[in-house]
Amino acid sequence: MSPYIIRRLSLVIPLLLGITIINYTIYALAPGDPVSAMINPMEAHEWSAEDLQKARARLGLDKPIPVRYALWLGQAARGNLGYSVRTGLSVRETMVRGIGNTITLIALSMVLSSLGGIVLGILSALRPYSALDYALTAFAFAGASMPGFFLGLLLIYFVALGLGILPTGGISPPGVTPTILNRLEHMLLPVAALTYEGLGSLLRFTRAGMLEVLSQDYVTTARSKGLMERAVIGRHAFRNALLPLITVLGLRLPGLIGGSLLIEVVFNYPGIGSIMVDATRQRDYPLVMGGVLVTAVAVLLANLIADISYGVADPRIRYE
Amino acid sequence: MAERTAAAQLEIAQQSVETPRARAWRRFRRHRLAMLGLTYLIVICLAAIAAPLVTGGRDPIEINPAKNSWGAPTWEFLLGGDQLGRDIWARLVYGSRVSLSVGIVSMSIAVAISLVLGTLSGYFGGSVDMIIMRFTDVMMVFPGLILIMIVVSVFEPSIWNVMLVIGLLGWTGMARLVRGQILSVREWDFVMAARCLGAPDRMIMARHVLPNVLAPLMVAATFGIAAAILTEAGLSFLGLGVKPPTPSWGVMLNAAHSLTVLERYWWVWIPPGVAVLLTVMAINFMGDGLRDALDPRTILS
Repeated sequence: MSPYIIRRLSLVIPLLLGITIINYTIYALAPGDPVSAMINPMEAHEWSAEDLQKARARLGLDKPIPVRYALWLGQAARGNLGYSVRTGLSVRETMVRGIGNTITLIALSMVLSSLGGIVLGILSALRPYSALDYALTAFAFAGASMPGFFLGLLLIYFVALGLGILPTGGISPPGVTPTILNRLEHMLLPVAALTYEGLGSLLRFTRAGMLEVLSQDYVTTARSKGLMERAVIGRHAFRNALLPLITVLGLRLPGLIGGSLLIEVVFNYPGIGSIMVDATRQRDYPLVMGGVLVTAVAVLLANLIADISYGVADPRIRYE
Repeated sequence: MAERTAAAQLEIAQQSVETPRARAWRRFRRHRLAMLGLTYLIVICLAAIAAPLVTGGRDPIEINPAKNSWGAPTWEFLLGGDQLGRDIWARLVYGSRVSLSVGIVSMSIAVAISLVLGTLSGYFGGSVDMIIMRFTDVMMVFPGLILIMIVVSVFEPSIWNVMLVIGLLGWTGMARLVRGQILSVREWDFVMAARCLGAPDRMIMARHVLPNVLAPLMVAATFGIAAAILTEAGLSFLGLGVKPPTPSWGVMLNAAHSLTVLERYWWVWIPPGVAVLLTVMAINFMGDGLRDALDPRTILS
């Protein structure tokens, strides 16, 4: 491992700490605590201040916030994220159950929107200001302005219900263990909605990058020495246009996670997003904290990968 | 011949006295999509302000279950009614107030924060810069929607909280932009010239540096308004944003959670979705036009 990667990794830990501190503080400041939530309002008068105090002490709520945070962190570091207030299931298990689905959804749409955005962006840049370019530009703008969850609803209405060819949501028919085939069938619409959401900006970035590169001298040189157009585009132009795209992809990830959360809710898709939305609605704090931690780790890792691949794609960059 | 040269010179002289603002407006006007977006937004803003006139005085939260429950569009109820028989058209028009004010208020908050932090960071540099930028990194890396969701769920969801939270979380990109712009403008020749002429620091910042920061900031803020409107719609759709009796496009879309509504009553959820789409697209077009108009490097054909 190069020193650069090690240094980047060492930056990940303070970032994670920062995120969990912010998150924990918000929750600690929240009005109402688990004790008052557990008491039946009809029996509230039977609880003396002393009883309440005892109940709080039992849950460790009488300690100052920094101490509680340290305790939580100590457990989290050992892999114990606590238990859901509502279902009583371990947060870790709940997360593990959802994370595969969410990663599949995000990864598929990331790959598809990158491929689509790059190919269409190149097409757009090769014939700038042609009818095709304008059409693709309109397509890109619509994608960047379309709320992904609205597109999801439209897809359910027109494709799943209207044409009746694809399921409206979930991951398998009720009571059936999901096979690869019906998983794919159930993923088609959510992946499509999430893909289009990201496609537009990638298309525009690729187009802008390609246009800039295509006007450079070395492209003219490559052409004038008689290289085939395919080699000029693929070997000379595209590789250089690719660089900013990697950053864009890395920066897009937080947005993609937010988008996938809405898409999961629209399609009843059992991933981290649906779990977190339910947990937030029910104020199931341990579950939300767990979800935040998992998401934060994912985003940080993805940014790290983006940084490293930037170095791989551009040999001029030397991390010291 | 000599006369023509003089005329040409005069023309060039006149062009060169064109103020930057006039030049930007001239360039903006030539961007057809941006003008289209601007026109659309002016119409929407007028409709939002004059909502009682546009809806014929109909109350967007007045229920009318007997007459208009799930009513399909008719001449009396242009876009039909929802479950409680509330008039969709009236809700749509009043909903624009929520979307537009969330966009504008939250972006004003974000712009203010980014200007302060970005300027501090860029101007002082050193450890101030280090601390502010690391803090920005933390805020930036995090999926905004999830953080907003947490905050809104802890403190009651309401339109004010939505605005505040979107604003408090939406400044990161712009703060970096301001900082970067200040760092680069500081090194430009005309700033050096002003310094050589003995202009005080405060004047250099106010007269030379900040104006050059504002142009890209305005472009970013425009795109930010579009993003804030999308966020509000998403939050309200999840039931974590604007509180239900208040008409908002996201709240209206929330009805589509039910497959029955989705399938049978398209007029309940398609209009607000289209409204969000068109408004966000219009703002994005404007942002694009502004970027082209304000960036002296772009050459408009």
